[in-house]
Amino acid sequence: MKRFAELYEALDSTTSTLAKVDALGRYFRQAPPADAAWGLYVLTGRRLKRLLNVRQLVDWTRELTGIPEWMLSECYAVVGDLAETISLLLDTSRTTAPSEVPLSVWMAERIAPLRTLDAPAQREQVLRMWSGLSRQELFLVNKLLTGELRVGVSETLVIRALAQVAGLPAPVVAQRLMGEWTPSAGFLAAVLGPGHSADDVSRPYPFFLASPLEEEPQTLGERGEWLAEWKWDGIRGQLIRRSGRTFLWSRGEELIGERFPELLEAADRLPDGVVLDGEVMAYGEGRPLPFARLQRRIGRKTLTPKILAEAPAAFIAYDLLEHSGADFREHPLSERRPRLEALIDGLHPRLFVSEALAEPTWEALGERRAESRARQVEGVMLKRLASPYRAGRRRGDWWKWKIDPFQIDAVLLYAHPGNGRRANLFTDYTFALWHQGELVPVAKAYSGLSDQEIAELDRWIRSHTRERFGPVRAVEPSQVFELHFEGIRASTRHKSGVAVRFPRIARWRTDKPATEADTLDALRRLAT
Amino acid sequence: MADLVSVTPEGLYCPPGDFHIDPWLPVARAVLTHAHADHARPGSAAYLCARPGLEIARHRLPEASIEGLGYGQRRRMGEVDLSLHPAGHVLGSAQIRLQHRGQVWVVSGDYKRVPDPTCAPFEPLRADVLVTEATFGVPVFKWDPAETVVQDILRWWEANRNLGRPSVLFTYVLGKAQRILAELARWTSSRVFLHGAVAGMTDIFRAAGVAMLPTERVAETARGRDFAGELVLAPITARGTPWMRRFGDASQALASGFMRVRGERRRRTLERGFALSDHADWPALLRTVEESGASRVLVTHGYTAPFARALRERGLDAAELPTQFEGEPQA
Repeated sequence: MKRFAELYEALDSTTSTLAKVDALGRYFRQAPPADAAWGLYVLTGRRLKRLLNVRQLVDWTRELTGIPEWMLSECYAVVGDLAETISLLLDTSRTTAPSEVPLSVWMAERIAPLRTLDAPAQREQVLRMWSGLSRQELFLVNKLLTGELRVGVSETLVIRALAQVAGLPAPVVAQRLMGEWTPSAGFLAAVLGPGHSADDVSRPYPFFLASPLEEEPQTLGERGEWLAEWKWDGIRGQLIRRSGRTFLWSRGEELIGERFPELLEAADRLPDGVVLDGEVMAYGEGRPLPFARLQRRIGRKTLTPKILAEAPAAFIAYDLLEHSGADFREHPLSERRPRLEALIDGLHPRLFVSEALAEPTWEALGERRAESRARQVEGVMLKRLASPYRAGRRRGDWWKWKIDPFQIDAVLLYAHPGNGRRANLFTDYTFALWHQGELVPVAKAYSGLSDQEIAELDRWIRSHTRERFGPVRAVEPSQVFELHFEGIRASTRHKSGVAVRFPRIARWRTDKPATEADTLDALRRLAT
Repeated sequence: MADLVSVTPEGLYCPPGDFHIDPWLPVARAVLTHAHADHARPGSAAYLCARPGLEIARHRLPEASIEGLGYGQRRRMGEVDLSLHPAGHVLGSAQIRLQHRGQVWVVSGDYKRVPDPTCAPFEPLRADVLVTEATFGVPVFKWDPAETVVQDILRWWEANRNLGRPSVLFTYVLGKAQRILAELARWTSSRVFLHGAVAGMTDIFRAAGVAMLPTERVAETARGRDFAGELVLAPITARGTPWMRRFGDASQALASGFMRVRGERRRRTLERGFALSDHADWPALLRTVEESGASRVLVTHGYTAPFARALRERGLDAAELPTQFEGEPQA
């Protein structure tokens, strides 16, 4: 634990990427392999799930400190992180020697077994863990208990450090870390080892992610060098058929096949040694269904025939990553695409290739893109035909040319404190529109303002608070903001009767009085 | 009995004494608890402050007519007996004690309870009504001993020196910077470089007899001087200005009580944050209220709502007093 705490400190106290990669590399070289494997597990955002009910940590903290519930929520609003809040409240400022117990023992023997204990035994175990630790270690242990430990290193950075240690190309290391794995000395050896190991048959490839196109498409060169497709609004997924088995992964690296039995069934017709990149969609009668239907389906634990009928799924294939058991990603898209079509066309009605848009000029494509909203798609994707399938978000070969968002001017009504680096600042806002002379909340948004605007708005909120509900402030309804969002749908859970998708703040309209904000009716009209 | 202090558009006001306390608009007579920018605002006709803080107040309010009053001395103001007592916040900071017809009110101003080599220690006072600050009025704020924090600063400085990097520590110009220079003097005798604003204030502290590390103004160093391995104290407002360019790849840190919260530091993209504060932490706020014996407490700034509620749950008559004190910029 001591070594891991030191790594954490080193990562946390520098803003230099180089220094971070150095610190990570040192850790992976010097830590015992079992510890390093657990460190890797935690640093790549993986976590031991369902260890205990986080609520209990709050209860035990209250029990130890005598702090009432409402004060704990005030503290949380100040700190913006539950694990940190608890460690600050339990901090006795005594100096404690760092824990010499290795991270792997902490994780495997102390933390992981919590899952199997009953509540009183969990309490006893956690209180024992808390009692002997310094503030810093208390924080780390709480982070391990409550979930992922974010420390300002991306997975890409961890992979880069690991690739340097192993002397391997980063994409190889990246693929070895995909999917689900158990941290152990053996696993780490397989990740760092030369050549091909007997990889898990379920292992997906890292997804290639598109960047938003901010300039006109003419800047990309000849139209003929690009493949254009609709930007489907579903769940990005990877469909794997290996050794007679099928796996469906989401971009969040979760196996979601259970949720989509009809897709697993369709994929059974694929030959062995095939991996497809594509979009899981709710799709019926030859056209996409609203994303909300798909969402309903993900949310359910058990799939009833009714749900399956309401939101039938399809897999729209974009790309072919593995063919005849071989990594096919280095071949140019101009080769991958015909192979994909040959492989899939006519195989199964729930499995088809994403349509290539034929418009021969950028102008004609731009006109076609205008149909996006009516087609329930988010715009157009542009992929360079000469490009390989890359890993992660790399600019240059894949662009998303999205349609312009919906927009509306709304009034700030409530402010909530943010989390993490936005702790102790009011950064989460509720916005309202006029309806019959009253302001009705329609959207919550927290992104889009600059740090400077956030600070300014925070000061404004503090001096224009009308009412407090714990850490939440009701403010004087006078500030107008232009909100952008991607879609609107009817909702019974919202007082306004509608819910908007991906709302974010485009501008602080200091030029507009609240009386000139939009009405709920205007929002509803956008939906039709 | 009528309140001895109430909030008016100009600021805290004492009706029977006919004077304001730390007013934010110009008034006829202002009594200052200390000279931080949010408490000592310009434009009033006459100011009264604690004598050890007189030079600082004159530096901050160069045009004003300011009188100094010794700690503990009584002054009749209208129908009120007023006296100033050390608050331990910064050099010359004062609690204001008001006595009127057998009733005692104490306005704490900003204060801290831990020792500070640059100023007189907080003097516990009894009061019927206490007006207290609550900058850090929630229980996550508990200070490590200053010695621990100062040693962290020393280690950071040393680590940067070994890497050949300058260390730039952002701090309040008044009080915090001098406290750091005085605390560091117990462990080292190295010279520290100062931003002009810090240097001007440090000269006043030195003239008042506060022992601190030797210092040099950055502005007076030779052009192109290499600051590798040096420690520089500067106000946070210097951050991101051309003045910083001379320090190249400096490690940047901030000394503030808010640095106890990780998100506060990360938001400012600082490499390090040192939780060193000139305000009372949560236990010290509670202790001060208790030791005052006050049955009524008015809370003026910071986490006023939760602190007042916590006091009410302890059986006290406590309420928020809305003010415009908000700490110096970027507390």
